[in-house]
Formats: sequence, structure tokens, C-alpha cells
Amino acid sequence: MWEQIRSNQIRSVVLTIGMGALLILIGYFLGAAFDNAVAGLVIAILVWVILSLIGYFQGDSILLSMSRAKKIKRDDHPRLYNVVEEMKIASGLEKMPDIYIIDDPALNAFATGRDPSRASVAITSGLLQKLNRDELQGVIAHEISHVKNRDVLLMSMCSILLGTIVILAWYGSRIMIFGSMTGSRRSSSSGGGGQGQAIILIISLVFMILAPIMAQLIYFAISRKREYLADASAALYTRYPEGLASALEKLGASTGQLKSANKATAPMYIINPFRKKGMRASDLTSTHPPISERIRILRAMAGASFGDYDQAYSEVHGGKGVIPAASLAAATVPITTTKLEGEAGEPNEIQRARETSDVMYRLNNYNTINCDCGAKLRVPPKFKQPTIKCPHCGRIHQV
Amino acid sequence: MVAVYVIIGIVVVLAIILWVLYNGLVRLRNQVKNAWAQIDVQLKRRYDLIPNLVETAKGYMKHERETLEAVTNARNLAQQQSSAGAGQRAKAEGELSSALSRLLAVVENYPDLKANQNFLALQEELTSTENKISFSRQFYNDSVLRYNNQTQMVPSNIVAGMFKFKASEFFEVTLAAEREAPKVSFT
Repeated sequence: MWEQIRSNQIRSVVLTIGMGALLILIGYFLGAAFDNAVAGLVIAILVWVILSLIGYFQGDSILLSMSRAKKIKRDDHPRLYNVVEEMKIASGLEKMPDIYIIDDPALNAFATGRDPSRASVAITSGLLQKLNRDELQGVIAHEISHVKNRDVLLMSMCSILLGTIVILAWYGSRIMIFGSMTGSRRSSSSGGGGQGQAIILIISLVFMILAPIMAQLIYFAISRKREYLADASAALYTRYPEGLASALEKLGASTGQLKSANKATAPMYIINPFRKKGMRASDLTSTHPPISERIRILRAMAGASFGDYDQAYSEVHGGKGVIPAASLAAATVPITTTKLEGEAGEPNEIQRARETSDVMYRLNNYNTINCDCGAKLRVPPKFKQPTIKCPHCGRIHQV
Repeated sequence: MVAVYVIIGIVVVLAIILWVLYNGLVRLRNQVKNAWAQIDVQLKRRYDLIPNLVETAKGYMKHERETLEAVTNARNLAQQQSSAGAGQRAKAEGELSSALSRLLAVVENYPDLKANQNFLALQEELTSTENKISFSRQFYNDSVLRYNNQTQMVPSNIVAGMFKFKASEFFEVTLAAEREAPKVSFT
């Protein structure tokens, strides 16, 4: 039931090969426009290989440092750590993923790591304080599913392929337009070859414009598919689709944009980080399916198995399901209705906000002094004086 | 000469099929073993947490001696059963789970205890351990299902019979008390 999701990857692989073919064609035409198709091909593949190698070996650390994520330990935020460990157990992942917090009030989360033994999950501090335990579990389950289904590797390789195509097309078309205006480059074409050359030039130019758009569309198709699959897996791991549904509802209602995201990393996040300012997340769809639809599917599920998700998908979306037939095992998986834990100990939103800001100050090396009057003094790491006065009651504290 | 090649070819293909099926079964069996070990880790963690929890709660809950004793007794009983088979063990652990959920339900009546930082941390650990137990049980049962399916389905059942791969036992909590987890109304 779990590994069979792999069969769906065949489809993704076919699409990826399609993108690869686009890359080869663009290299070919780029070269052909300069009288040397093979050289163009070699350059295109070389650029792609170099970018892929960097992406494969350094992708996760580049992504994490670009989003200014801070790694946490168990004691920094026991609840988050526990929830990740719970999902690690439920998914049968071998190794505990690293956990990062991004200091940003926007609501988002992502997973990275080229294989399940080198995975990380990152969550914004805004999301951490907004979600209760069940919702947090749903979000983390979604991210762990991306790791477990190997989406992270697939999507980063695809985004590198897309990036290469976009870069080549951009520079290629500019060089060609510039080159044809000055006209001196074409001197090498001898006699009757002139007309054929012109046709190739036009085809190349049209292709340069179309290729990035086509690649982008393929990329979105792969990405959307993986999102549905990750939602289905999250429901299966938690046995509680409502957790993720309610988390997505909170995510969809928010309007904040994530500052540190960029176009290349967008599909890694749980919801699309690029929504127009003031627009609700559910209005814009590109790398991600509409949030409202994802919520409706999760809420329409009768059980927690892939089959139930598939059925709910057909009901909401129409047409046939999204899960490949091979992974639709007949086993019925009931949804957990009674939660064992005492919800009594669950911190409310204000407590969660305090807890999260404590963690963020600690991660930024702030020293926290609890004054007897109840005030909390945050001493920045640059503070050099030996003592500090409480601004509230005037007591003197040793730093 | 051709016949010899054909026979060699068939033997090689059969050997490869056998090899693949056998390795598949071994992988699934190891997964079941790992999943079982994972349940074990979490159950042991729960045994360790309970004395601390009871000790912390004791000071605040003067009128809940019975509830606390029930938890302690269920824990000791479960620990004694820890070397038993999956079925028997599941029963003892089920008792412990329901005793614990009764305790966590009455905690509601003790605001002082709920404000205790130490207790809150313990409660988070316990809640999470309960979750981890049910998730590891979930993964264990899924692994057992797949392993048992492989040992019973054609053609891998032939290999399973040849090398004595036995079906595994599910970890089911059959206790009525756990199935209808106590519903507490806070009105």
C-alpha cells in the first residue's frame, strides 16, 4: 500500500523526460541558429548537468539558508519535535528528519532533502503559533509524505530542468535578436544556404519563446499531482483528514506573503507562497491545486485510505481519481474519531504565540531574564553591560 | 545444443524469480520486526513516564487516590506482560491506556495542577507517547498485513513455504474500554 505509490512516478518520469526533450531541442535550435547544432546541444546539457549536481548535493542547504531557517533541537520546542517524530513513526521513515523554524509571520511549511535519510522539514513561526496539535500533525504529515514519496528530489530536479530551459531561452533569444540586428554574424553562410538559415532562425526564435511556457506547464502539472498525493498520504498517516483540512483552511484565509521564498522553491511549500498581496491564497493556482478544493476533498473522505481519497477526489473534482490503481488496496482504513490525548493540556493561541516567540529569541541568542515583577527582559547578544535595569519596575539584574 | 541453452535459460530465470521473491519476503519480515521494536521503544518510554506523572499529580490530587493507583497498577501489570505475545500484551497495554485517559480526564478538575509547568511538560510527553504508540501500532499492523499477504499469495507463498516464513500476529487492541474512549463533557 505504501510503496505502491511509486507506480504513479512513472507518469511523473514521463513528464520529466518531456521536459528533458525540450531542453535538448532548445540546445539544438540554439546551436543551429549559430551554425553549430552539436555545440548548442553540448552547452545545454553541460549547463543542466552542472546545475543538477549543485542542486543534488547542495540543494537542501541552499534552500534552508536562503529561507533563513534555524535548526531546532528537541528542548527548543518539544511539541513540534514530538509531532515530527510521531509522523516519522507513522510513515515508517528510517531517520528522524531535521527540524527548522523560519522566523516569518506568514503561514507556510516545506520539506527538503534528496532522500529520506537526509530530510528536513521547515515551518514558519507564524504557522507554528496558529495551528493546534492536530492541525500541526496534518501539516507535518503532508511534508513527511513529500519526503517519503521522493517528491523533494523529483521536484528539485524538475525545477532545475525548468530553470535551465528558462535561462537558455532567455539568453538565446536575446543573442539571436541582437545578432540578427547587427547582421555581421551571418557572413559564414555560403551562397544558397541563406534562405534555409533564415527559416531555422525563425523556428529557433519561436521555439525559444514557447519552450519556457511549455516547460512551465509540464512543471505545474507534475507539482499539482504531487500535492494531491501528499494530501492523501497525510490523511492515511494521521488517520485524521480533518486535521490537515482545518490547517489548510487557516492557511487559505491568511494573506501574508513569505519574504524568503522565490519562484524556484515555490512547489516545495505546502501552499503557494506567491499570492498577490491582499488576495486570499485560494484565489491563485499554479504550482498548487486550489486550497478550497483540497479542503473539500479531505472533508469528503469516508475513510482514511487512498481509495477513500480517490473517491472523494472524483466527487469534488469530477472525472476519474488521482491515485493510480495499483496503490488502491482494498483494505478499509477507518478515520480516528476519538482522540486519546487529553486536549486539556493543549495550549491556546496566546500561549502558543508566547512559546514560539520564546523559541525565536533563544535561537537568535537572546538572553531572557524573568523579572520578579512579571516582565520578561530580552537581552540581545550584542548587549555588553554587566547589569540591566528592568524598565517596568526598576530592579537591577545581572546579565 | 539449443535445448541445453533453453534449459539453462529457464533455470536462470527461475533462480532470479526465486531470488527476488525471497528477498522481498525477507525485507517485509524485517520491516515487521523493526516496527515491533518501535512499539516496544514507545511502550517502555510510557512505563518510564508514568511514575513521574503520578508523583507530580499526587500532591495536587488528594481525592483521586483510586485513579492514580489504577494507573500505577495497570503500568506494573503491563510491564510484567511485556515479554508475552502480541495479543496478550495488547490487552494489558489497552488497560493502561484507558486508566491513563481516565486520569487525564480528571486533571480538568485541578486548575493548580494544570498550571504546573513540570506537569504540563510531562503531559505533553505522555500525550505524544500515546500518539507514538498508536502510530507505531498502525505502522506495525500495516507491515504485518503486507507481509502476511505476501506469504499467502501466489507465487510468493511457494517461496514462503519453502523457507518457512510464518505469518505474523496483528497488534489489535480488542479491549472494549479503549474502543469507547471515555467522553468527558466540560459543562
